[in-house]
Amino acid sequence: MEGTVRSIVLTKGVPDFSEGAVSFDEDGHLERGKTPTVMNPNDEVALRAALQTRVRHGGHVSGMSMGPPGYGDVLREAMESVYTDDNYLLSDRELAASDTWATAITLSAGLETYQAEVGDIDLVFAGFKTADGETGQTGPQTAWAMDWPIVTHVVALEVDPDERRLRAKRLVEGDVDEIETVEAPLPCFVITDPEFEPSYRQASHRLTRKRLREETRERAADHDDHLTTWNHEDLNLDPDYIGLDGSPTIVSSVDPIPKAPSEREATMVDPTDADAMDDVLEELRPHAAGTSDHATEAGD
Amino acid sequence: MTDETDAYEHYEAVVVGGGPGGAAAAARLAEHGVETLVLERGTEAGSKNVSGGLIYAEESAPYTIDDLFEGFREEASERPVTDYHIHNVAGDSVKSYELTDLHEHDTDWCDAVLRRRMDSWLQRRVHEKTSETGGGVLTGVRVNGLLRDGGEIVGVTCDELEPITADLIVAADGVNSELARDAGLMDWEEPDEWFQGVKAVVDMDRETIDDRFGLEGEDGVAHLFSGDLFEGVRGGGFLYTNADSLSIGTVFHLDSLVEERAEPHELLDALLTHPLLAQWLRDDYVEREYAAKLVPDSKKVVHPEPYRGRLVLVGDAAGQMQAQGPIIKGMNHAVTAGALAADAFVAERGSADPEAAGRRYANWLEESGTMDKLRPRRYEAVRAVGEDDRVTDAVERVLDSRLGSLAIGNPIADWALKRAYNSPFLISMLPDTRTGYVTLPTIVAEEHGRTLHWGSEVDPPSLEERIGDLTYDTDVGNPHIELRDQSADSSGDAVRACPVSAESFGGGCYRSEEIKRNGTAETVVSLDTQPCIECGTCAIVADTEWEHPRGGKGVEYREG
Repeated sequence: MEGTVRSIVLTKGVPDFSEGAVSFDEDGHLERGKTPTVMNPNDEVALRAALQTRVRHGGHVSGMSMGPPGYGDVLREAMESVYTDDNYLLSDRELAASDTWATAITLSAGLETYQAEVGDIDLVFAGFKTADGETGQTGPQTAWAMDWPIVTHVVALEVDPDERRLRAKRLVEGDVDEIETVEAPLPCFVITDPEFEPSYRQASHRLTRKRLREETRERAADHDDHLTTWNHEDLNLDPDYIGLDGSPTIVSSVDPIPKAPSEREATMVDPTDADAMDDVLEELRPHAAGTSDHATEAGD
Repeated sequence: MTDETDAYEHYEAVVVGGGPGGAAAAARLAEHGVETLVLERGTEAGSKNVSGGLIYAEESAPYTIDDLFEGFREEASERPVTDYHIHNVAGDSVKSYELTDLHEHDTDWCDAVLRRRMDSWLQRRVHEKTSETGGGVLTGVRVNGLLRDGGEIVGVTCDELEPITADLIVAADGVNSELARDAGLMDWEEPDEWFQGVKAVVDMDRETIDDRFGLEGEDGVAHLFSGDLFEGVRGGGFLYTNADSLSIGTVFHLDSLVEERAEPHELLDALLTHPLLAQWLRDDYVEREYAAKLVPDSKKVVHPEPYRGRLVLVGDAAGQMQAQGPIIKGMNHAVTAGALAADAFVAERGSADPEAAGRRYANWLEESGTMDKLRPRRYEAVRAVGEDDRVTDAVERVLDSRLGSLAIGNPIADWALKRAYNSPFLISMLPDTRTGYVTLPTIVAEEHGRTLHWGSEVDPPSLEERIGDLTYDTDVGNPHIELRDQSADSSGDAVRACPVSAESFGGGCYRSEEIKRNGTAETVVSLDTQPCIECGTCAIVADTEWEHPRGGKGVEYREG
């Protein structure tokens, strides 16, 4: 029988930056308390890659996130959108104010705890960056902490569980975008590119996806039954290496981007006012002349 | 099979199309334990389907839809229709007959339905049943042709999936079946083999319906209309009461529409604004949805041997649509055919001959009497005489004369006419000529009718508004119809016959344009498939390369 795949999807709650949801104070600073938390939009792409792997090979997908207890809702969102089987929240006061380094240490401890208590991991999926921090560092740092290979900018993915290898297409951006095909052994980190498109060209895959959706609907209704929360003791983490104390990065200040001064002046003109329209024509005349010259040249 | 087709996914049975024919086939296959995959191109079953809106359960039929799907009438249909009237119209003069005897002939029950609600309900039941035997229903998948291996049909090809092989392929892909055409079993050649139906679903709450139509309890009513209100085009109108809406529409012979150069939406409007309907529609007409479909005339196109190799055709795809005079029965025959095809496959399971199931299915269509309903032998005999133009002309001259009016106008004729309308035997022989549709009803109304002394306040939406109210997911840059010949001679009829195009309207699918070239003006036809409602009319009346849009693309009916 063909082997199955156990995957973890790393996700993060971020402020909902969508129009109407986000709230800024007078100085342009984000008002965190007034802005709802949602799943990082890029993570949805990572989740789609995890779902594609799950549909094709069977197995198990778990969601994992570090954050305050309220992040359970973010993981519920992950379950609803891409059908994770269960979710793990790494949550502890000691973890507050972690930078990417401390977060990576914590997440790697989460993955190790998962391996010890739940099962061996084949793949870890993560989005390419979060909408709030925009560092793109946490995934690679966590892979480094686990000493597992990492494949980034993945736009297409094939997994061979029996050979314990994956083959991925990477989008390499440059003067000319190129697609690079790489292979890596499992376990492996996969950072998906926003261009990633899952592909379901087999009827059986679509039927499986449909079945998973139906099963998930029931599961998500009792999300708490499928959520495990681990604190720093569960994770066997020394408080000195995590949270604010374990974070070498200091964000000294956050400045709002100053608004560019408007360089144009607008004048309102009533189109039914003939005199005003004459003025408009007068204004446009020099430009119209230019166009006419141009046209003559083209005509030659 | 060769190595190539061997590598494809295989299901015991693939059913193409999630309408009543496909649903019946799939349900029956699953009940027999057959691994069955159902492929539906709409986002949901019913989103591509339109009917006038009555489904019959016939006493003589081997299968009815409530046999196969428990709870169908309670959960999927609108309301029973037990009262049936036909109105003969001449100007403002109307003579009405009760048609309930004909309606009830061989009828166990009859319900008004709206297809989105009905077919999506069926889809859920079918998915439950087929999931249990290793298959299921997939939506948003368009099957675009047959997969062949060494000339033999072995499966289907799709836009969205890799090819799939199967031991049985059920083409329940509707009136414009691409599979039936791929197999060479059906064509789109002759306008006189088809009707075109156009329908408006009209918003009206239950209380108002019951009040205006004088209904009590569950039972609803059907009204049919014929006579001179359709510019001499052969066909008629209908009105059915639903739970909280009305289905009002027209059905015309396509050749007659083309000949009379009529605009289908204008004919629908002629019905909607007739004073007869004012009593029901009054001044608060709100249209929920405008829709159209082709209707095969089974008397002419039903395929006597609807199979080829592993492929069987059911329902509209096989032309199984019976026009029994004014009563049109299609969905019930699709259900029978789907179930019989499934049973035939199971009976021949393991047979070395891939065509054994198809042959048995065709036999059972005959033996069950279904074929004779679809193509009565009586009609065959009468047609040769009745549809000869010289005969029609002679009959028309007599009817138009004082003598004809006298003959039909006397009280005994009134009694005899009502009997004739209600006779399934006579109705099945009625030739498809002007006489039955237009002349006779007009004279009946003139001689026996009552004059309506009121007008209509109904103001139907324009074609532009109707198109604007429909939901589309346009496949930008990938039109599903190509116009092969732009000349007015080859494709000009589509400008009028297309239900979302008109001579005077530039926003439809088909437009006439005058092009000046080297000093001479020439009229050419252009096509924009964006407003297309996928009825298939232009495949017959114009020179096109016609395909369905990709899965999930194109128009999405909410009512159907």
